[in-house]
Amino acid sequence: MKYEFDFASVLAQWPLFLEGAWTTVQLSFLATVLGFVLGALCAVGRGSRYGWLRRLVGAYVEAIRNTPLLVQSYFLVFGLSSVGATMPIMVGAVLALVINIGAYTCEILRAGIESIHGGQIEAAECLGLSHVQILWHVVLRPAVERVWPALTSQFVLMMLATSIMSSVGAEELLGVANRIQSDTFRNFEVFLVLWGLYLALSYLMRTGFWLLGLMVFTRRRKLGTPL
Amino acid sequence: MTSEQFFSLLQGAWGTLVLSLLTFAIGGLAGLALAMARISPARPVRVAAAAWIQLIQGTPLLVLMGLCFYGPNIAGIGSVPALLAATLAMSIYASAFLGEIWRGCIQAVHKSQWEAAECLGLTRWQRMRQVVLPQALRLATPPTVGFAVQIIKNTSVASLVIGFAELSYNAKVLNNSTFQPFVYFGAAALLYFAMSYPLSRWSLALERKLNASRR
Repeated sequence: MKYEFDFASVLAQWPLFLEGAWTTVQLSFLATVLGFVLGALCAVGRGSRYGWLRRLVGAYVEAIRNTPLLVQSYFLVFGLSSVGATMPIMVGAVLALVINIGAYTCEILRAGIESIHGGQIEAAECLGLSHVQILWHVVLRPAVERVWPALTSQFVLMMLATSIMSSVGAEELLGVANRIQSDTFRNFEVFLVLWGLYLALSYLMRTGFWLLGLMVFTRRRKLGTPL
Repeated sequence: MTSEQFFSLLQGAWGTLVLSLLTFAIGGLAGLALAMARISPARPVRVAAAAWIQLIQGTPLLVLMGLCFYGPNIAGIGSVPALLAATLAMSIYASAFLGEIWRGCIQAVHKSQWEAAECLGLTRWQRMRQVVLPQALRLATPPTVGFAVQIIKNTSVASLVIGFAELSYNAKVLNNSTFQPFVYFGAAALLYFAMSYPLSRWSLALERKLNASRR
């Protein structure tokens, strides 16, 4: 059997692909920003002096990291709508992604925070910095700088995982691809196009994070040392 | 939840377990080959392996699932069973990640070990097998066990494109007929947790043990 590739009928649907890619970008952007905030709060909470807060954050992180994103989204989106709390698909998808990535970000940031030498904090205390100032300038910013490569990888993986949100109805890249498949019956070609699009998106995202790192962590650039 | 429904979830968990084990075995072998190719003395082999890893790591598992499900059909093999397509996609996916993890571990073995082995007149294959790999294995165990957790969780998407009946698929089928999402997806989450959490703990314990002995 000789298969004849037919990309023309698939690529004719480019406006749909573009629409899906834009939704993927929106989902990823929102989940990255909100997930980072949630992760940072949790990482600080995990080092709190209150035992109950530490245990609460610990339980959240373990529960999320040991169950699949797919089941989490089903649980959240279908579960909430079954008790009458219906919401737009995008809200549900972002919520599921943020809750998921928040746990991973928390673990990565915690590793960064633990790598900050105790002497640094003591020095800051001696200089008379307030609790919040120490947390921001001495602990969090250098910690984020140190784990920036790990954070980049994790957020790129999350961008790729937004494809799972098609299963709760989000019309992102994979969601529109399902529609295009049922219109054209060119399943393999559609997936090949998707492969290329996702590769481009992850490349763009890596570059974006790299540029952001250069802008935010100016110290490294001035010193001219790689970390 | 009736006992039949619970049994159906357990059946799904069995599917998850089978797919995970197959993935770990086949993906592990392919990953080892990739790790070797990444540190090969021949430059084209190194470049090809690196490019392949980038191609796989830069795309969602769901897209690989689609390619492995529809690919054999157009290659003239005809339609393949769901388990086979899912295993193929998962193994390709796992090999790219395991290959990179293991390359890092192999390269983390101290260079003087290579040099000493070379001075003793061992061939490249002997150096690798008798000197470097045993030491790399110690470094590699915690992240490998950690990645096994990723494999278990990622099997959940095998139901989406391919329709392989694993745990989350069976939970969804049950929910579609009963409309009790919290019950069935909660139970599925607990079963996933029961499979993943021991591995996560084990990975952490191994990491601590390794660090303690290196300090």
